[in-house]
Amino acid sequence: MVIDAINGIVRTVVSGSKEYKVWMGFLSLLALVGIAFVFRQVDQGLIATNMRDDVSWGWYIANFTFLVGVAAAAVVLVIPYYIYKFEPIGEIVLIGEIMAVAAVSMCLMFIVLDMGSPERFWHLIPMIGIFNFPQSILTWDVVVLNMYLVLNLTLVVYALSKTYAGKSYKTKLIMPLIFFSVPAAISIHTVTAFLYLGAPARPFWNTAVLAPRFIASAFCSGPAFMLIIFQIIRKTTKLNITDAALHKVAEIVTWCMAVNLFLLGSEVFKEVYSATAHIEPFNYLWHGLRGHDQLVPWIWTALIVNSIAFLILIVPSIRKNFFMLNIACVFIFIGVYIEKGMGLIFPGFIPSTLGAIYDYMPNAMELWISLGVWAIGLLIFTVGAKICIAIKTGEIGHADPSAHH
Amino acid sequence: MSDDIKGRAKSLITRRKFLAGLTAGAAATALTAGDAGAYAFEELFRQHYKRLDADDLKDILAKLEEELSFKYGKKVHAKATPPGDNTVFGYALDLSRCIGCRRCVYACVRENNLSRDPEVQWIKVLEFQKGNNKWQGLEHSNRYYNPEQVPEKGRFYVPVQCQQCKKPPCVKVCPVQATWQEADGIVVVDYNWCIGCRFCMAACPYGARNFNWGKPSIPKEEFNPDVHYLGNRPQYKGIVGKCTFCIQRSREGKYTACVEACPVGARKFGNLMDPNSEIRYILENMKVFRLKEELDTNPKFFYFFSMGTGVKS
Repeated sequence: MVIDAINGIVRTVVSGSKEYKVWMGFLSLLALVGIAFVFRQVDQGLIATNMRDDVSWGWYIANFTFLVGVAAAAVVLVIPYYIYKFEPIGEIVLIGEIMAVAAVSMCLMFIVLDMGSPERFWHLIPMIGIFNFPQSILTWDVVVLNMYLVLNLTLVVYALSKTYAGKSYKTKLIMPLIFFSVPAAISIHTVTAFLYLGAPARPFWNTAVLAPRFIASAFCSGPAFMLIIFQIIRKTTKLNITDAALHKVAEIVTWCMAVNLFLLGSEVFKEVYSATAHIEPFNYLWHGLRGHDQLVPWIWTALIVNSIAFLILIVPSIRKNFFMLNIACVFIFIGVYIEKGMGLIFPGFIPSTLGAIYDYMPNAMELWISLGVWAIGLLIFTVGAKICIAIKTGEIGHADPSAHH
Repeated sequence: MSDDIKGRAKSLITRRKFLAGLTAGAAATALTAGDAGAYAFEELFRQHYKRLDADDLKDILAKLEEELSFKYGKKVHAKATPPGDNTVFGYALDLSRCIGCRRCVYACVRENNLSRDPEVQWIKVLEFQKGNNKWQGLEHSNRYYNPEQVPEKGRFYVPVQCQQCKKPPCVKVCPVQATWQEADGIVVVDYNWCIGCRFCMAACPYGARNFNWGKPSIPKEEFNPDVHYLGNRPQYKGIVGKCTFCIQRSREGKYTACVEACPVGARKFGNLMDPNSEIRYILENMKVFRLKEELDTNPKFFYFFSMGTGVKS
């Protein structure tokens, strides 16, 4: 049985359409290029990046932050299916959880890449090293991210092994875990926001609205990404994903984007109307400061694409047109990605605590390494999703594809 | 917090000894490949400073002396002088005297064996325009001023280094307690424990922490052979360092290098617990202030004007 299962899984992963093989080959190539650059970074140190003392976190931490959001977004599927019993989402909830696993894996890779001395990782292991819990919010992040990873892996493996064996899985048995995954998802992005907002040295981050805004924007970007992937999956596999499921997810994205834009407005009002000395990073970002304005086109692009996406989504008849929906999804993905990097991490450091302006932008090496991490994450996701679909459609194992569990 | 570590450390003695044994064993096998390799291996598994017992520390300091003496071609003395009784160090800087000459910066770099390439400086001297009302939050500073001669007309200077906060935000955020406040108030970093996450740099309101972005380089002839484990020993690539009030000097009753280098006597340093110290005289008789007081980090680094509002211009 186990041998059979492993055989089936291996067969599923190595065989596939020409498009599948090209996609996997492309991702592997990107991953290898990224890894080659990692050797250079390890050899030279982080001086090989464009980060410096004045902007001591950059592109890696921006990607990490964005991906925590993508990971958290799995609950956008979990809540309607398991809690509100919205059946059409049942087919895709596992794919969402696999996405969460891939995204958290990428987060952990970005954190390790950003460490100056990654060989000392064991210093973080409780008892053997020193885990500064609960004082350091970073240790909270280590706890919740790993917990969330294990949680989603458990749920996916349990559901798939039961389906493989042709049994319906007892939701009752895992219901506590599923309920727990909802606050867990919220917690990973809340704690990540607390990393930044807990630093009074950085007035740009030191706003209580940061955590709710992280959640709102994450529940846009993650599902937007997934909406596109679901459409690819239903075109290329036998998995039956209904329009009703996609429309429900799109509706959730709509209202999360509304909240995101509302919270952005609150921040803008607070900064502009109170107009204290702490407005400097805000000015640097939105219209330039003392002649430095490299982030300005980025943040306006983010605002414009997010707003257009919201206008598309807010009208149900337009939202239900898949062409328009896909435009909105791509816009949201781009908009939120910019918001987290150029719109949040970089300006948090500019001007520095001593008033210096260092115009940080990632260099080619940082971009290649980040692409490599994304490629590895997408490899994890593709393999996971392919196995999941093969089991659910009965290609391998003993599932009855016509039955809903 | 430090009691907590010590408590935990005691229960960990066996594990630590086990690790040390492992290291020693591996070191013995690696000896054929050269002492350097063995030393690097020991470093990889070295425990947190506060978990080292007296014997471990003695061994480590002896090895450090040997390694550094070999590398820099001079007799090196490595020490880990503990904090003195009834001592809390404080600093005061007379802004009306400072002429912005940066002699403190260069003296600090030499004394503390800071990297020359890439350049690491623990003291930053900020230049401001007189009449600028946005200087106390340190906005509109110019750190890269470079005139023929200082002080320039219409300018004044604010040197900033670690403010040795009583409530240090950097210590709170460190995920591995690689940085902490000693009994004499000095915030130190264990260069062998820091993982290089740079959370402390995001948390510090004074830009007082510097990361070693590349491999530090120190010219042999300028190497300062009198080193403290928590202070001016050479740092490593990928870790954070900071001003320690020249722990290698101050704990032996000497002034810091920046105090000695200042040509105009703008820098004052001493024991806040000693009622007869110069620093206490300044705190009791001058109108002192601290940077970013609204953050309530409680620095032990004070600024004051002994005369007028600045240099004659």
